[in-house]
This record gives sequence, structure tokens and C-alpha cells, in this order.
Amino acid sequence: MSSVNHTVLGKRFMVVALTFFAIGGFLSMLIRAQLATPNSAFIGPEIYNQIFTMHGTVMMFLFAIPMFEGFVIYMLPKMLGARDMAFPRLTAYGFWCYLFGGSILIIALLVGAAPDSGWFMYTPLSSRPYTPGINADVWLLGLTFVEISAVTAAIEIFISILKMRAPGMSLARMPLIGWYMLVTSGMMIVGFPPLILGAILLELERAFDLPFFDPTRGGDPLLWQHLFWLFGHPEVYIIFLPAAGALSTIIPVFAQRTILGYRSIIAAIVAMGFLSFGLWVHHMFTVGIPHLALAFFSAASALVAVPTAIQIFAWIGTLASGRPRWDIPMLYVAGFFCVFVIGGLTGVMLAMVPFNTQAHDSYFVVAHLHYVLVGGFVFPMLAGIYHWMPHISGRQSLYRLSVPAFWLIFIGFNLTFFLMHLTGLMGMPRRISTYPSNWGWDWLNLLSSIGGFILTMGFCLVLADLVLQWRFGRRYRRDPWKAQTLEWATATPPAPYNFAALPRVDRRADMLEPAKIGPVLAGARAISASCAMASRKRWASTCSPASRST
Amino acid sequence: MLLAGCSGELSALDPAGPRAASLATLWWIMLGGAALLFALVMVLFGIAYLRPGWLSRITPMQWIVGGGLVLPIPILVLLTGAALVLGEQLLPKGDAPLRIEGQARQWAWSFGYPGGAGPYDGTLHMPAGEPVDIAVTSADVIHSFWVPRLGGKIDAIPGHVNVIRLEADEPGIYWGQCAEYCGQGHDGMQFRVEAHAPEDFAALMAGAAQ
Repeated sequence: MSSVNHTVLGKRFMVVALTFFAIGGFLSMLIRAQLATPNSAFIGPEIYNQIFTMHGTVMMFLFAIPMFEGFVIYMLPKMLGARDMAFPRLTAYGFWCYLFGGSILIIALLVGAAPDSGWFMYTPLSSRPYTPGINADVWLLGLTFVEISAVTAAIEIFISILKMRAPGMSLARMPLIGWYMLVTSGMMIVGFPPLILGAILLELERAFDLPFFDPTRGGDPLLWQHLFWLFGHPEVYIIFLPAAGALSTIIPVFAQRTILGYRSIIAAIVAMGFLSFGLWVHHMFTVGIPHLALAFFSAASALVAVPTAIQIFAWIGTLASGRPRWDIPMLYVAGFFCVFVIGGLTGVMLAMVPFNTQAHDSYFVVAHLHYVLVGGFVFPMLAGIYHWMPHISGRQSLYRLSVPAFWLIFIGFNLTFFLMHLTGLMGMPRRISTYPSNWGWDWLNLLSSIGGFILTMGFCLVLADLVLQWRFGRRYRRDPWKAQTLEWATATPPAPYNFAALPRVDRRADMLEPAKIGPVLAGARAISASCAMASRKRWASTCSPASRST
Repeated sequence: MLLAGCSGELSALDPAGPRAASLATLWWIMLGGAALLFALVMVLFGIAYLRPGWLSRITPMQWIVGGGLVLPIPILVLLTGAALVLGEQLLPKGDAPLRIEGQARQWAWSFGYPGGAGPYDGTLHMPAGEPVDIAVTSADVIHSFWVPRLGGKIDAIPGHVNVIRLEADEPGIYWGQCAEYCGQGHDGMQFRVEAHAPEDFAALMAGAAQ
């Protein structure tokens, strides 16, 4: 329980995040069951509003961000050739904050007092006169703990990248995922405080009647929207960039060549991080901001397509100029290309102000955001799970279930969400709990619901596949994929201290030979571990092989 | 066949006025462009696997500059510029013949007309064949005013008045709804829009004013 080791805490983060993913997925099944037929009496608006609010909140705050935090906390020191993160106790603090905040929300859901003002909590709907119960307070307090956890993780990742790299690994030799995480964690340090601040203001308004957002007493409800989206839009890139980092690590392994355009990709990542703070108003195109002011945010939103295109073509170019081989992770990478590119293209459409006035807050946006987030995060995450699970379990995948699971997920996802583009353009607004059958939305919603259940079956099959791999997978020696990054030079499953001796890096760290350097580093185990314990007490808990795990 | 599938009384793809029609045209153009770009990316990805030799002579610089800069930038500049011009044309600028006040509250709409005619709760009356400005606000939480077949949407925000211009080609009944989540009655916040021939509208206003 009291472990501060990054391998243990990284796994805990991921297990808890995947549990929340299952909860969020279950809620989405309730949503699709309710919307499958018109005039449905399955759940009324009171419960429905809690369910869609919690679906969004759980997926964004309790699943996506903690999932990549867990991945990074587990993997980053191993990729950078370090023994742990910079502040192991802070890792543990962040984990417990996250678990505490997330539990508040889930308990509130179980007792029927979950937030019901939407995951964006627009004022004045979320203010006391219109949400008198504790529902909104649960969101503001629970989420603030999760955000504090995210900020601590971001600070830790940022410092670890700058200070903990192996000898010889300059920033210019760092594997690309290090650059992705450096930029992402910087974005989190800048992007989360506006939301924490906004949540504090709103709680002050609710608890002590300070009218920050009340127009009748000199406040303005739009202040909340600006604070929320100033966080909320970078958030989307905060979720996408780590996934893109995983892709930039996985694709070269299966292309059997190093990534193409290393420096251009770094420039693209930095450009994305910068631009992501200049386009939050594209969530607010219909609030009545003057048109020329909107033009700036429209252009900035369109411009994000450029660094994204640079990465997409660098990845395709890497495959085209290598000797690509096919394996389960690549199946999900192909799914990523298909789904994410559609999401990116509809994103450019939505960035156009006139079109946005029709599509905004309709199911078109629901389709778009799921294409971007599932395409840009869940597909790369599944690729990553199949790629790195052998590192965690020490066993290789079985493949029997992997392929059908992929097809269920891919077909189910597209059936659910592709049709929603049309549902939205045919006028269905978001967040309605039911609809009459005279608007022509019936068959689209029924097919979307069927697709949703196929998608869920796919995820269940992935879970079964992973359990079977854990139980029956073949053991292997080092580096089963012939990857060229340092994490595969550790033992698998890894020792708590990762490397008995720290590697010295003399070239770009995505061109190494883990199968050769791993045994050498492990051979130095006795000397280095004792040495580390003697010289730096801070390492004691992470070096000792006796350190407790879950 | 496809267009028939898109028709519906709330369908933005079944426009009934010039403003909604230009928005629908923008959509169909963007859909065509997006389909081409999607096909391009998928074909390149497919070739990388199925015919690796075909693309092997493209240099890294060509991938980055060609795919990342030369391909998207002209498209984005053209599209953003065209959307800006279209957006300017759709703005409620200059003299509109008629300005109607729309007020949202949980969970209904009411509309007021110049000279104190009305309000007719729940139904928006407007003349057909000419642009009409709707000045929208809210009495409580944020709502959004959306008549998909006549134009885009605008939010109804307490403390703010936002104006949107609509136009219907023909007299008839159209439907609008609240597009911003506003609490438990959000599902049922539809409203009727009746577009009348101009002389009928004038008669209606004259009758209501008496």
C-alpha cells in the first residue's frame, strides 16, 4: 500500500483508470439503451442527465488522463534509463488524490447524487438556484482532487525528463516519446490551473453566494466557459499527444526502421502545444462573440491540422520506407489511421464558423469528438497495451482472441459513431434523454445502439484476451519485438530498480540494441544496487528488491 | 435517395431558406474534400504495406514537406478564407425589415414583436421571402435557439442579447429547438416557426396589436 516505486504506482494508475473506463463504458451502454428507441421509458431525464454527465466526466478525467499518466509513470524512467521518477513520494501522493477524488464521484453516482449539469458544468445551470442539491459540489470537489493529481504528475514528468535521463542521453538523443511527454506535461502545468481556479470560483459562488457567474449581480456566465475551455481544449491535445508518442514508438518497431523526420516531429509537437492554447473559443462559436474575433480562433483551429498532418505523413513515410511487418499492435495502428483521420477532417469542418452554427451541440459533434478521442487515444492505447503488455507480464500475446476483438471494436465503433454525423445534421441535439419518432432519427439511433453493443463485446474480448495472456502466454527472453528503445533492456517483468547499472547512451536512444545491453546492465546488479542504496538514501525504497508491490 | 434520407423537419441538410442552403452547400463541398483526403491517406497507408517498393524512393523531406505543409496549407487557407467571407455575408448587418425578440426560459420559448404585438408563447411568426432578425436572450440558464432549416444557431444567455438572421423561402411550418443542455426539460424544448406570406404576416400583426 505504501509503495512509492514508479513501476508499482504506474500499474496501479493504469488498473484504476481501466476500471473507470469500464464504469464509463457501462454508463454509455445505458445511454445507448435509452436512445435506441423513440419515446423510451427506460430511464427518465433525471437519471439520464446524471449518466451522460458522469460518462463524460469519467472518460475525460478519470480514465484518459490517469491512463496515460500511469503509462508514463511506469514506462518513462525505463525509456530514459533511470531508476525512478524524480519525486517518488509525489507519485504516490498523486495516485491517492486521484483514487480519492474519483471515488467521491462514483459513490455519488451509486447513491443517486451524481453531477447532472453536463461534464462542462455550464453556469448558471450549475449554480445554486438551478442545481440546489449537492450534485454540482460533488463534481467540483471530486474533480479538484483529480486535477491536483494531474498537476503533480505533470510536474513530476516534466522534471524527470529534464533531470533523470541516463548519462549521455541529451535532449536531442531522447526517444520521441520523451519529447511528447515533455510538451504534454508543460501543457498540463499551464492548462489545469484555469480549471482548478474556475472550480474554486464556482464552489465559492455555490457555497458563499459570491456572484462570479450571476448576470443579475454583475457576474457573467461566459466567464466560466472561458475558464473551462481554456483548460478544456488543451486537454484534448493533452490526451492525444501521449498517444501520438506511443505511436511514434510503436510504428518504427513494426516498420523496422527508425522514425522518419525526428526533428520535424519535435517541431510539430511544440507547435501543437503552442497552438492548443489559442483555440479554446471554437467551443464557443455560438455564444455571440463578434465574427472577426471568431475568425482568429477559426484559423488557429484549422492550423492545428498542419502539425497533425506532419506527424501522420511522417508515420506513413516511416512505414513506406521501412520493411513493415504486421502484428496485433499494427492492426490497432491501422484502426487509428482510419478513425483519427476522419475525426481530424470533421474537426476542420467544425472549425469553420458558419458550418459550426449548424453542427454545434448536435450529434455531429458527438461523432467528431468520439472519432478524435477514441481514434486518437483508445486505438493507440490498445496498440500500446498489445505492444507493452509483454513488458509488464513477462509473457507474449496469444492472438486467438486478439484479431476478432479488433474487428468487433472497429466495426462496432464505426457503426455507432459514423451514423451520428448524419443524426446530428438531421437536427438531433446533444443531451436529450428521449425524442419523438417524427424527426426521422429512429433508425439511425437504433443502428448506433447496436453498434455500441458490438463495440462493448469487442472490449470484453480484449479483457479476456489479456487475462489469458497473463495466465497462459509464452514466456520470452529480452525484447520480443526487436524494439530499439531502453525499456526493453530491463528484465521483464522489471525489477523495482529497472537497471542494476545505469546505461551510458552514445547515440540516439531509439537506435539501441536492448537485447545486447540488457544483460550487461543486469550483470552489474550487485555493485550498483548496493552503491545506490549507500550513496542516495532516497533510492532505498525503490532499489530494494524487497520493496512491496500490490 | 441519399437526399431523401436526409430530409426531415429538423434537418440542416433539407434547407428551406437561402441562409440554411448556403450552410448546406458548404457542408457538401467540405464532405467531398474530406472524402478525397481520407482516401489519399488510406491509400498511402495501404500501399506502404501492400506495395512497399512504390513509395520507397520518397525522401523524408518530401514526406514532411509534401504531406505536412504543401498538401494541407493551401486547402486550409482557401477553406478558412471562404468560410470567413460566407460568415460575414450571413451576419445580421445592415437594416433588417423586422426584429423579433426571442426569450428562452426553463423550458419554453416566447417571442415578442415590434409595437408590442404578441408575445405568442411557443410559436415564432415571421414573414417568408425576407430576412428576419431574432434577438435572443434567456431569463434563467443558457439555452440555444436553433431552426436548422432556416439558418444556424445562436445561444440564449442571461445578461446577453444575441442576434441571428433567418430567412424562409416559402410560407410554411418549420421547427426549432433548444440546442444547449438546460436541465431536465431540455428534451421537450421545441418550438414552431410559422412563415407567412408578407401580407398575411402584416394582417396578423395588425390583428394582434388591436
